Amino acid sequence: MDQNINIKVKVWRQAGPKEQGHFETYELQNIFQGASFLEMIDILNEKLISEHKDPIAFDHDCREGICGMCSLYVNGHPHGPDQEITTCQLHMRKFHDGETITIEPWRSRAFPVIKDLMVDRSAYDKIMQAGGFVSVNTGGVPDANAIAIPKPVADEAMDAASCIGCGACAAACKNGSAMLFVSAKVSQLALLPQGKIEAARRAKAMVAKMDELGFGNCTNTGACAAECPKSVSLANIARLNREFICAKFKD
Amino acid sequence: MALQPQNGIITPEMAKIPQGPLEKKWTNYKDHQKLVNPANKRKLDIIVVGTGLAGASAAASLAEMGFNVLNFCIQDSPRRAHSIAAQGGINAAKNYQNDGDSIYRLYYDTIKGGDYRAREANVYRLAEVSNSIIDQCVAQGVPFAREYGGLLDNRSFGGAQVSRTFYAKGQTGQQLLLGAYSALSRQIGKGKVKMYTRYEMLDLVMIKDENGEDRARGIIARNLVTGRIERFFAHAVVIGTGGYGNTFFLSTNAMASNGSAAMQMYRHGAFFANPCYAQIHPTCIPKHGDFQSKLTLMSESLRNDGRIWVPKKLEDAKKLQAGTLKGRDIPEEDRDYYLERRYPAFGNLVPRDVASRAAKERCDKGFGVNNTGLAVFLDFSDAIKRLGKDVVAQKYGNLFQMYEKIVDENPYENPMMIFPAIHYTMGGIWVDYELQTSVKGLFCIGEANFSDHGANRLGASALMQGLADGYFVLPYTIQNYLADQISVPRMSTDLPEFAAAEKAVQDKIQKLMSIQGKRSVDSIHKELGLIMWDFVGMGRTAEGLKTAIKKIDEIKKEFWSNVFIPGKADSLNNELEKALRLADFIEIGRLMAVDALHREESCGGHFREEYQTPDGEALRQDDKFSYVGCWKYTGEDKEPELIKEPLDYEFTERKTRNYKA
Ligand SMILES: Cc1cc2nc3c(=O)[nH]c(=O)nc-3n(C[C@H](O)[C@H](O)[C@H](O)COP(=O)(O)OP(=O)(O)OC[C@H]3O[C@@H](n4cnc5c(N)ncnc54)[C@H](O)[C@@H]3O)c2cc1C
Ligand code: SF4
Ligand code: FES
Repeated sequence: MDQNINIKVKVWRQAGPKEQGHFETYELQNIFQGASFLEMIDILNEKLISEHKDPIAFDHDCREGICGMCSLYVNGHPHGPDQEITTCQLHMRKFHDGETITIEPWRSRAFPVIKDLMVDRSAYDKIMQAGGFVSVNTGGVPDANAIAIPKPVADEAMDAASCIGCGACAAACKNGSAMLFVSAKVSQLALLPQGKIEAARRAKAMVAKMDELGFGNCTNTGACAAECPKSVSLANIARLNREFICAKFKD
Repeated sequence: MALQPQNGIITPEMAKIPQGPLEKKWTNYKDHQKLVNPANKRKLDIIVVGTGLAGASAAASLAEMGFNVLNFCIQDSPRRAHSIAAQGGINAAKNYQNDGDSIYRLYYDTIKGGDYRAREANVYRLAEVSNSIIDQCVAQGVPFAREYGGLLDNRSFGGAQVSRTFYAKGQTGQQLLLGAYSALSRQIGKGKVKMYTRYEMLDLVMIKDENGEDRARGIIARNLVTGRIERFFAHAVVIGTGGYGNTFFLSTNAMASNGSAAMQMYRHGAFFANPCYAQIHPTCIPKHGDFQSKLTLMSESLRNDGRIWVPKKLEDAKKLQAGTLKGRDIPEEDRDYYLERRYPAFGNLVPRDVASRAAKERCDKGFGVNNTGLAVFLDFSDAIKRLGKDVVAQKYGNLFQMYEKIVDENPYENPMMIFPAIHYTMGGIWVDYELQTSVKGLFCIGEANFSDHGANRLGASALMQGLADGYFVLPYTIQNYLADQISVPRMSTDLPEFAAAEKAVQDKIQKLMSIQGKRSVDSIHKELGLIMWDFVGMGRTAEGLKTAIKKIDEIKKEFWSNVFIPGKADSLNNELEKALRLADFIEIGRLMAVDALHREESCGGHFREEYQTPDGEALRQDDKFSYVGCWKYTGEDKEPELIKEPLDYEFTERKTRNYKA
């Protein structure tokens, strides 16, 4: 049964991209365990505002695990200690009375801090702009049922496509690699006949952009998949490597 | 000169409804509209605000055609627009299931589902382009669900007796938006779209043309990271900023969803149409505490296999409320499957407004099943028996997981608890057939406009409308406007109109920052939300609505005299962002109440308790209210003026909606 708990939260505060950051600790009484983690931060912010202090800046929007806007390292884990969920889906029942909870922003070279817990993830968008699409314009496409696609293939593409672009993979990786994210899109499109045509070019363009933006190399530690809230599989990285080698071979 | 309403009436000419039979109108329009040639497209700039299904698809398509597009969104990436959260699916009249579907049938279901309060010509066009949407998405690599034969699968949604809903697991909105986002990304990469993320539009800029007529020529936006106020010019402005459901504070909308751009348009002379038509979705996770920040939707697709019930006996309900009894322990004969009982023909798949009111009716009578008495059961035990747990998990697994994470209860073992919540707004900015507002050069698409759903939207039709507007309607109709603009040069944002608009925004922000009162933005917003839910929610009365208006006026005073915003205006400041949005929600809330009070009938999502049949169904007053209620801004703190667009049904007979037989 959910109860009320008293907790301490140790939060990373950083006024701006170029400012020095530091941890600050806050005490919170009577937090209902049925509250979500972000609702707990809301409560803390209401308290800070009532004391005329600066509330904690953090990213969030859908609050149901799909937009990929929320981030946060909670007690050393991207998206917190629970499995297969985003921070916004984390609930206070995962914490106990008297606990001190540490909250940090994503820490990755390619994701600079904007303020407090907010980071700049536009690098992921730039990778997508380099090749994360099928080159079709609106209109003049064939009937949707013109190409049959085996259900297992469609399902696998769907699993890869579940990536929400949250950045936890790069944040979890000691090398700061974005391979899981990139491979998810490359796989989704390479699996489907519509995307296969450009598969090699796409893989090359996206990987090149990723390198250019300062993401690290993949050394197969698997930390990304372990922390991914959408269980995007490491098999996608293997597929990306195949597409990439294939592209190099063609050059 | 642009046409104006005559004696408070919008004529079909002003609404630009093309001539001819229903099924020929769109073709006729396209055959005769003006086009812009490729060399001239390059000279024209278009601002698109919003990157949801409507905004992203429009921005990408316009850029592909050769226009220069400036695209804005609040989130840190266009991929995170609220459309991403849509779960269930998207409708199209493909008739792949060979179950008798057709363009006409999709049209008819939509018109009927909207309780005959939508424009015939628009709805028909929507049904007509629906099939192209599915083709487009598949070409982009959207991984829709498929059958073992490799062809696309469909499911059923409320208000229809055919299976026409395409879906991608429980993440249809996500996959469709990622499709549009990929098309948009391609154009950003090519430099045809300039993307502004973490920007919020704060006003529209109007400049008079040589005839002295106002035209939308740009926007003022705030860079949410630096707090800087910036100016942007374009030959035309397209708004796709979504719905205003967050007026209620608690809704299924994302936290940043707002109605501010709509209010900015309204204050510049665009009509706000049918603001009172809001949809209360029947299947959301019930509220659990005062600290709650939003409500989570459980997709309508669950009603394909889930059965909705409450106990027959009040004493069982009391025990459920006290927590001494579990739903699964109540025997079959003591369960009241009230939707199946009241509506045998559609059963659990009645439209949303009907399902929501039926839940409220049972809970009002004391049959609610949780500690607050404000919940009903959605039960999968039959489906699990019939299909097996694996099949149920495959279909709805992610929704079940979502439920369990929030409620901490396993829905495979004990029925889910659900309750209605505000979800979608059918009302919005009035647009003509070309999706142009009553302001020249200002277009409105997606949930932000009022166009196609009448008084109630059917499930899986918002995604359809957003993409129809953005991929297949606006890219045509906007050319009819732009064809006359090719000789208009790019204008400098140093023009006095831009300077004045920026100054007004700066002044408003300064005013808010200087209040330095005692209340947080959220605390005032929650108060507004409660008033909306109590008096402008599922059951409305004249008396209640008058009370609401009075209370909202008091909230407005409280807000403008006692809100506290910490920090500075010229830096990242979430509280300031929220305050600017709340200022507009207060105005929208009032407008909703005013509209609901004037509409003395029940239709779709608008239920006036004074107007119901003896068995509690909505009672329309076609002789008096068969029109679009458009509100025209007349000045700060002045009552708006009502303008009517009559809905003369030429092609479809209006009936009483009947989901019983
Ligand atoms: C939980 C949920 C589930 C749903 N499921 C379904 C479903 O299964 N099927 C269906 O058909 N419909 C569904 N709907 C409805 C549907 O998702 C929405 O109506 C639709 O996605 C709205 O799309 P849009 O493009 O109009 O706006 P949105 O997706 O809301 O996008 C709005 C955009 O505008 C931007 N914006 C807003 N204000 C400003 C501003 N002032 N300045 C700059 N940018 C701004 C935002 O950043 C965002 O990019 C669902 C809705 C919800 C809430
Ligand atoms: S792969 Fe997983 S962790 Fe990485 S961005 Fe996608 S969802 Fe997030
Ligand atoms: S806020 Fe959208 S995924 Fe967490």
